[in-house]
Amino acid sequence: MAIEKRYPEAIFDWHADHGDRTLVIDGDRLLDIARLLKEEMGYNVLVDLTAVDYLPRKPRFEIVYHFMNLETKARLRLRAQSDDEHPLVPSLTPLWPIADWYEREVWDLFGVKFDGHPNLKRIMLYEEFKGHPLRKDYSKTKRQPLVGPQN
Amino acid sequence: MNEKKIIAEPYDVERAIPETESEFRTQDMLLNVGPSHPAMHGIIRIATRLQGELVVDSEVEIGYLHRAFEKSCEASTWNQSLIYTDRLNYVSPCINNVGYCMAVEKLLGLELPMRGQYLRTMLCEISRLADHLTCVGAAAMELGAFTVFLYMMIGREYYYELIEDYCGARVTTNCSRVGGMPHDLPDGWLDKITWTLAETRRILKECDTLLTYNRIFVERTQGVGVIKPDRALAWGFTGPCLRSTGVGYDVRKDYPYLIYHQLDWTVPVGHNGDNFDRYLVRMEEMEQSCRILEQCITKIPDGPVSCDDKRVVLPSKKDTYGNIEGLMNHFKLIMDGHGIRVPQGEVYFAVEAGNGELGYYVVSQPGENSTDGCNDRPWRVRCRPPCLNFVAALPEMINGFMLADIIPTFGSVNMIGGELDR
Repeated sequence: MAIEKRYPEAIFDWHADHGDRTLVIDGDRLLDIARLLKEEMGYNVLVDLTAVDYLPRKPRFEIVYHFMNLETKARLRLRAQSDDEHPLVPSLTPLWPIADWYEREVWDLFGVKFDGHPNLKRIMLYEEFKGHPLRKDYSKTKRQPLVGPQN
Repeated sequence: MNEKKIIAEPYDVERAIPETESEFRTQDMLLNVGPSHPAMHGIIRIATRLQGELVVDSEVEIGYLHRAFEKSCEASTWNQSLIYTDRLNYVSPCINNVGYCMAVEKLLGLELPMRGQYLRTMLCEISRLADHLTCVGAAAMELGAFTVFLYMMIGREYYYELIEDYCGARVTTNCSRVGGMPHDLPDGWLDKITWTLAETRRILKECDTLLTYNRIFVERTQGVGVIKPDRALAWGFTGPCLRSTGVGYDVRKDYPYLIYHQLDWTVPVGHNGDNFDRYLVRMEEMEQSCRILEQCITKIPDGPVSCDDKRVVLPSKKDTYGNIEGLMNHFKLIMDGHGIRVPQGEVYFAVEAGNGELGYYVVSQPGENSTDGCNDRPWRVRCRPPCLNFVAALPEMINGFMLADIIPTFGSVNMIGGELDR
């Protein structure tokens, strides 16, 4: 594949279990690889963007991207790893406008930051919410104080 | 590319965007439409900046209905998570059930017997008809066509009755299980579908006469809420909203699942990407769903509806109460910490829901105390909701149009709160 030739050091692992082609990549090179996918390999739709918290494994967070090539119907999954407690990966908003909302959602629920995102604020929860509820160390019984209207 | 059926002629988009009347000096006004607007269904807030009646800028805020779907799944076993998928789309829950089950089955490497697959296909199409009837009916009502709404609700009622006959519930269906279907068809169900399809066609014809050449409806929807195919793809549109722009992408054709590839049907596509085309595409899709159902009724084979894998599918009640093996099998599958053991892995599976591609990204990861490398509950279940994309692109579709155009545009993208903010 063209990605392996161009960025051999950025690919940690790849497999095609259950027929889903998957690449595990270095989060820092994500934007380059995504640009290559979109502009040269024809993956023109960003189908999905989400994250998985693999606590207590290190690296802890993986940000998962699903791409589709509408012409050939090929699909590709990228799993970008980000290793510390304050994960950061580049934003894909320059390539796909929908990444804006997907990334806000991942920031809101996992606390993953996106470098270069134009408007990284909470989307599902309110601004005063503390913590990121889909992290594995956020208890499902945890409650937040009710924040009423300011006036 | 797919077999396409063009159902609308090109339309001059430029005509629709009004010119501002420069001689009137008006001040910009900020207006919140929603969170619950009397003329709009669903809860969502659209903050608009208006110049007179013209929407010059807008921002959409979601997050009023969250049910913590993904977090709840992590705390439930594989089959328990199924009940949360019902409420993702409360208008066509069967498709959500089937999508989730098939994602887990893909991870387990299971395939249903033919009769089970036919049954799932029929339930999916019944749900799609109910979904489209609701969407078109509600959108028409928001433009004043209350009769159409009532007719469509009658049609939807027939489908809810069919679903009720199969699984006992109308909205919270739970009509599928990992590895199979809960039970076989009820008596006389197929005949009832035949009757319902004839009734549906009558309703659709009636509504078509009331809407498609109705001056008010056409003037308010044609050329409004326009989106071009390249922008729609950049926003990740799927389903009727994408097909209305002329891109014939349909998961059922392009990534065939169940038995859709064995049946004879077409993917309707529009041309202009406006509200009127979305309406036409949905109307034609209902006709195609009727065709799929008709073929299923004649072709459905005999046989079991579930796999015979004892590690996944519950034994029959006769075995559970009749012999010790059946009882133990039942016990193992129900007991906490045992259940269905799904090996480590990850999978993405998409189905064509009423609104477009509904995908589940399911991750299984052995838990802390796992000895066999499997887990009885999902590590992560992510639902890729089709309507998030439409709502994210809503500002692009309403900016430059009138305030009153928000209502038909919003109606035609068919926002479903349960999927949107999960």
